[in-house]
Amino acid sequence: MSKESVLKVENVTMQFGGVIAVDNMNLEVKKGEIVSLIGPNGAGKTTAFNVITGVYAPTNGAVYYKDRMIIQNCPQGKMKKLYRGENADVYAGRHVLAPTPDKITRLGIARTFQNIRLFKSQTVFENILIAKHMLRTSNIFTATFRLNAKEESEMREESEKLLKIMDLEDVRNEPATSLPYGKQRHLEIARAMATKPELLLLDEPAAGMNPQETLELTQFIGRIRDEFGLTIFMIEHHMDLVMEISDRIYVLDFGKPIAEGVPEEIRNNPRVIEAYLGGAQDE
Amino acid sequence: MEWITRNLPYLLAGISVGGQYALIAIGYTMVYGILRLINFAHGDIFMVAGLIMVYAVTVMPIYAAIPVMIAATVLLGFLVERAAYKPLRSAPRMSIMISAIGVSYLLQNMALYVTGGLSQQYPQIPWISDSVSVLGATTKRVTLITPVLTIVLVVALVLLIKKTKIGMAMRAASRDFETSQLMGIKINSVISMTFIIGTFLAAIGSLLFFTNYTGVTPTVGAMPGLKAFVAAVFGGIGSIPGAVIGAFIIGICENIIKGLGWTNFSDAFTFALLIVILFVKPTGLFGEKATDKV
Amino acid sequence: MSKKTKMAWNAGLIVALLATLFILEQVMPSGSMFLTVLKKGAIYALVAVSMNLLNGFTGLFSLGQAGFMLLGAYAYAILTIPVESRGSVYQYFDGGIVQFTVPVPVALIAGGLLAAVFAYLIGLPVLRLKSDYLAIATLGFAEIIRAVFQWDKLGPITNGSNLLRSFPSFKSVLYPFIVSGICITLIVLLINSTYGRAFKAIRDDEIAAEAMGINLAHHKRLAFVISSFFAGVSGGLLAMYQTTIQASMFKSAMTYEILLIVVIGGIGSVTGSCISSFLFIACSEWWLRFLDNENLYLGGFHVPFLRPGFRKVVFAIVIMLVVLFYRQGIMGTKEFSVEGIANFFKRKFGGKKTAEGGGSHE
Repeated sequence: MSKESVLKVENVTMQFGGVIAVDNMNLEVKKGEIVSLIGPNGAGKTTAFNVITGVYAPTNGAVYYKDRMIIQNCPQGKMKKLYRGENADVYAGRHVLAPTPDKITRLGIARTFQNIRLFKSQTVFENILIAKHMLRTSNIFTATFRLNAKEESEMREESEKLLKIMDLEDVRNEPATSLPYGKQRHLEIARAMATKPELLLLDEPAAGMNPQETLELTQFIGRIRDEFGLTIFMIEHHMDLVMEISDRIYVLDFGKPIAEGVPEEIRNNPRVIEAYLGGAQDE
Repeated sequence: MEWITRNLPYLLAGISVGGQYALIAIGYTMVYGILRLINFAHGDIFMVAGLIMVYAVTVMPIYAAIPVMIAATVLLGFLVERAAYKPLRSAPRMSIMISAIGVSYLLQNMALYVTGGLSQQYPQIPWISDSVSVLGATTKRVTLITPVLTIVLVVALVLLIKKTKIGMAMRAASRDFETSQLMGIKINSVISMTFIIGTFLAAIGSLLFFTNYTGVTPTVGAMPGLKAFVAAVFGGIGSIPGAVIGAFIIGICENIIKGLGWTNFSDAFTFALLIVILFVKPTGLFGEKATDKV
Repeated sequence: MSKKTKMAWNAGLIVALLATLFILEQVMPSGSMFLTVLKKGAIYALVAVSMNLLNGFTGLFSLGQAGFMLLGAYAYAILTIPVESRGSVYQYFDGGIVQFTVPVPVALIAGGLLAAVFAYLIGLPVLRLKSDYLAIATLGFAEIIRAVFQWDKLGPITNGSNLLRSFPSFKSVLYPFIVSGICITLIVLLINSTYGRAFKAIRDDEIAAEAMGINLAHHKRLAFVISSFFAGVSGGLLAMYQTTIQASMFKSAMTYEILLIVVIGGIGSVTGSCISSFLFIACSEWWLRFLDNENLYLGGFHVPFLRPGFRKVVFAIVIMLVVLFYRQGIMGTKEFSVEGIANFFKRKFGGKKTAEGGGSHE
């Protein structure tokens, strides 16, 4: 466990009104790891992702990226009375840190979405090129007057390169939404990669894929991890995929983490089997 | 006492105008609740109602003209929905809004054509146009009738929505358009009904409004229309009581501002209020929060 | 087609267009309807493109255009009325308090900047709003501006609700063409830059755009401020064209007209907005004028219904038909380009390379 920590979630609770979606979550992802977050539907996995990526400010808790605090909050206003979670006192009085999603992405954390969100009117290539925008050094004047020609051509070159690596070269000029479903998922990952992240968050990358596509995706994820030196944290339901490529797995049930460990441990954990019931029998 | 006699006319006028705005605002808020559409044409329908009345009294006695005017306005509202909004049901929201602006443009231009651009004198309606004296202030009887009539109509409307089957269908449709369709609600008749109710109230609103107003011009509907919409947003769009309360507040504030001698700014005030509300509490007084799912 | 030939073609077309305009102006009588349409059309093309930048390319449904035009027009007028005429223009306000003038181009830019500053300030609160709320808030803002400019306490600057006049205007049709042309070229360059791509990303999917590291508030405000700047410039041009201005001209009906121009041209097409501006102005000022003529006879037949105002009814019906049945508008999201025409002719005439048809206003 000497590797450097990339993502650390500390005592994060997310409460909507009276409902606790994520309950005092603690987890850590280390450099180069592929870590999966699993759990039954409605366990709060996507909510956890949305907290890490800044879509929601957590009700309580903190998130660290490479040992630097990026998000911190404690119950505010009305929530002070409503709050039913733990550890509220730990963060009380500390300064609130609630960056917007774009800031998180610029730190080096990119994500994909459970329900694919591509830029519909744009081609495959343009989808990737847009993601390069955040790496610009030009401002609106230099960009308008084409004084950034060098940077612009670099952006295009890098995007072309990425297309090649991601096997999307042949559909370069197709409208993004005309691609088959599996390819659209690939494109979403490629687009996230275009922001040059160190940590990649994948929200159900294999959702809706057939076994063959899932297998390809499994290899693909492993390949990009090695090629780009990435750290990957993902939500997934396909157990074959999860068990195959995860270094470690966290299991979430009713917003609470109930187990953690390498795939073998998780497979035999009675609490996990109980939470999943039918789900675990597939294995 | 002197202060009261001096300011009472403004207060009375405020309550009265507020009631008239309320009757228009309900049309906005109901349509928005179901279709998520700002019906820009609603204010112009209100204006057309005024014109219909002007022309109706030239060919028939006043007691016949009023129901004819109401019926014709309701028919117009129904036709506008069928012709301009229904074909765009599955189109992006922006398209429907543009269509609404187009209808507004069309109605204004038609009114311009028919009237030749001249202001039309609104007929004197017996009894409600009469002057009465309240606490030493002289005003038209319509000023007193408006708030009462507004409240009565709103209570009737709320009962309709709470107690009847079509009301239940409306509530379902405003909650979830697609699902209510799947549950077998005839969405088109619900929407038509919404427009019928909205334009019916606007027709009555126009009757009350123009009685207190000098004349009907093609663009006269735009301002009350926008203000009624602001009232609907202020009260929380989609909420009928919200729209009514918002309308009264705006009507009263506007007339107080006029009373202070800032007539120029009575319109601007309404919009400033709108921007402040949207900034501080975008859901309005009684609105519900809507969130995008990520 | 290589980049160089494309540029050469575009440059050639622009020169040809300007030369044609120049010749037309020499040949035609100065009061000709055709020239009037060209002048006004060029101004409307600019404001339509600026609105399209917001509504079509960034997906922000804003209805504040008339307000920003008012700011530009007033800034232009106030800064250019000759000092010696101020006494008569500001007759109720002792000649006003602005007692200097600046050159016309500076005043036009100042008008744009004033609009941009207001857009920046108003943008902070209103751009957080979703589609239709944004529309109504910007519409309301335009109304507030109009009321403020009519306020007699500001009379020493704005002349209250009285006319502003005597400021310099243009005679040649080339003037609005060149100014609008430069502005539209800048907008096109912006749209095709990395910022333009970010704007389109926001239009397509805000949440995804944000996840791609695009700062929504910053980029929306940029689009809003830039669009307002050009609306302000076009307001200044409109003042020059009209020779007199008054705050009550800039009603929401004006914004609606501009919006309809954008819709007819195709939301998301710059060239579409330009083409439809000229068509719109030509129809409303010229081609449909005969509909207002009460005594029109076809053979011996007295055409019924015709009298002042009928033109606008027909016009509004045509617009409704476009909005309902031809939602893509003239151009959809496509652009009119030299390359496109060349390809069209290649397909038609098998390799014969021709590129005809001017009308590229870029």
